[in-house]
Amino acid sequence: MPKNKKKIGAYWASSCGGCDVALLGLHEKILDLLDFADIAFWPAATDFKYEDLKGYGKNELDLTFFNGGIRTTENEEIAELLREKSELLVAYGTCAHQGGIPGLANMSEEVDLFDTVYKGTPTSTNPENIFPQESTKKDGQTLNLPGLQERVRSLDRVVDVDYTVPGCPPPPDLTEDFLDLLVKGALPEKGSVVAGTKSVCDECSREWNRETIDELVRPQETEIDPDKCLLDQGIICMGPVTRSGCDGSCPEANMPCKGCFGPPPEVEDQGTEMLNSLASVLQLGEEGQALEQEKELLSDLPDPIGTFYTFSLSNSILGGKVSEGGENDRT
Amino acid sequence: MEFEPKLVGFLCKWCSSAGADLAGVSRKSYPPNLVPITVNCSGRIDVNHIVRALKDGADGVLVSGCHPGDCHYTSGNYKTWRRVALLKHVLEDFGMNPDRVRLEWVSATEGEKFARTVEEFTDEIKELGPGPFSNAKE
Repeated sequence: MPKNKKKIGAYWASSCGGCDVALLGLHEKILDLLDFADIAFWPAATDFKYEDLKGYGKNELDLTFFNGGIRTTENEEIAELLREKSELLVAYGTCAHQGGIPGLANMSEEVDLFDTVYKGTPTSTNPENIFPQESTKKDGQTLNLPGLQERVRSLDRVVDVDYTVPGCPPPPDLTEDFLDLLVKGALPEKGSVVAGTKSVCDECSREWNRETIDELVRPQETEIDPDKCLLDQGIICMGPVTRSGCDGSCPEANMPCKGCFGPPPEVEDQGTEMLNSLASVLQLGEEGQALEQEKELLSDLPDPIGTFYTFSLSNSILGGKVSEGGENDRT
Repeated sequence: MEFEPKLVGFLCKWCSSAGADLAGVSRKSYPPNLVPITVNCSGRIDVNHIVRALKDGADGVLVSGCHPGDCHYTSGNYKTWRRVALLKHVLEDFGMNPDRVRLEWVSATEGEKFARTVEEFTDEIKELGPGPFSNAKE
C-alpha cells in the first residue's frame, strides 16, 4: 500500500442517484482508484454517517465528488460541511453544475410542487391532505425534517467549487480522465470544467449542410436520417449551445442533444443562446417573405422552457419563474 | 413620485440610429426614458442582451432595425424578427409580460416615427408598472 494514501468522499444532494451509479460505472477502474485512495465518506455506497464527517479535520478529505443541486436546508448544510472538510470539491454531474432537471422546479411555487407530488399525481391518494412538515410533534416527540429552499441552486452558488465534471450523468471516460489527471497531479487551473471547450457540434459526426428549416418536428414524429445534422432535419438539438466532451453520444444514437453538459465557455445562458441559433435557421420560403407565419410557428412552440432549459434553468439569467409586480430573486 | 421607466433601446446603425439622430436634429421631443445603444445591425442583437437588460433592471427593451427588405446586411432584421418572436413566447412562460420587449422598424428618414415609438413605449411601460427586476425608483 502506498504511503500517504489519499482520502476521497462522494455525496448526493438533490439528484436522482445516477451520478453515484456513474461512479460505480468505472467498473474495474474503481480498483485502481482504491489503490490510490480510501473512500472516507460515500452515503450511497458505504455506511458513513454525518457524525463521521463532522469528526474529520479541515481539508482532511483530499477530494469530494459532490453530485446534486442544493434544494433543501440539509443539502446546503452538508455542502458547507464538505467544503470545510475537503481540499478539493468537485461538482460532479449536471445537477451540481447547473441545477439539472430538478432545477425546472424553479418554475413552480413550493405549495404547487407539494400539491402535485403528494396529491395530484394519478398514483397519489391523500384525502386527508397530509403534506410533509418541517417539524411534527407526536407522542411527546418532535420529528424534524430538512426544509425546502425557495429555489434549486447549483453547488457553486452555495460554496466555492474547485472543479466541475459535467454530464447527466458524467460519462465513465470523462470521470476516468479526471481521475488520471488527479493521480498524475496534472489537474488544470482551479475553477475549470474538466470536459471539452467547444460545442457538441464539434464532436458530432453528422453532416451539416447549413440548411434552413421550415418546420419543427419532434424525434418521435419522424424517421431520422442518421447521417444528417438533426437541426437541418427540423429537430431541436441543443448541440450548438452545449459544451463538448461527450463525443456527441446522443446525436450518435440518433437522438438530439438535450444540453446536459451545460453551456460552452463564454456562453452565459444556454436557453437564450439556443433562441438565437434557432431563429437563424428557421425560415419559411424565401427570406423575409413569410414573416408573420414564421412568428406564428415560433410562438406556438410547446414547452419552450422545458426544451431550452432542460438542465440549466437554475443557472440561467432569469433563474426560474419571475413575477410581474412581485418579489423576484435578483441573484 | 410617478414611476419613470428605464428603457434600453438597441438601434441598428444604418436605419434606426440614424432615425433617432433625425428626430434630434428635427427637434422632435420625446420622453428621456430610453437609453439608446447603437449596434451595427439589428441582427447583432443577441437574445442574451435583451434578457440581461431586463434582469439588470430595465423595465422595457426596444429593438429597432431597418424595415423588411432594407437591411444593410441583407437579412439581419429577419433574424431579429424571429428572435424577438421566440423570446416573447419564452418570456411569457417565465411569467414576464412579453410587451416589455418591443420590436419596431424605423428607417433613417423616420425621425417622427422614432419619437412617437419612444413616447408610446414609455407610456405603455408606465401603464404596465415596474419590471420584475426594475431599477427605477418608485
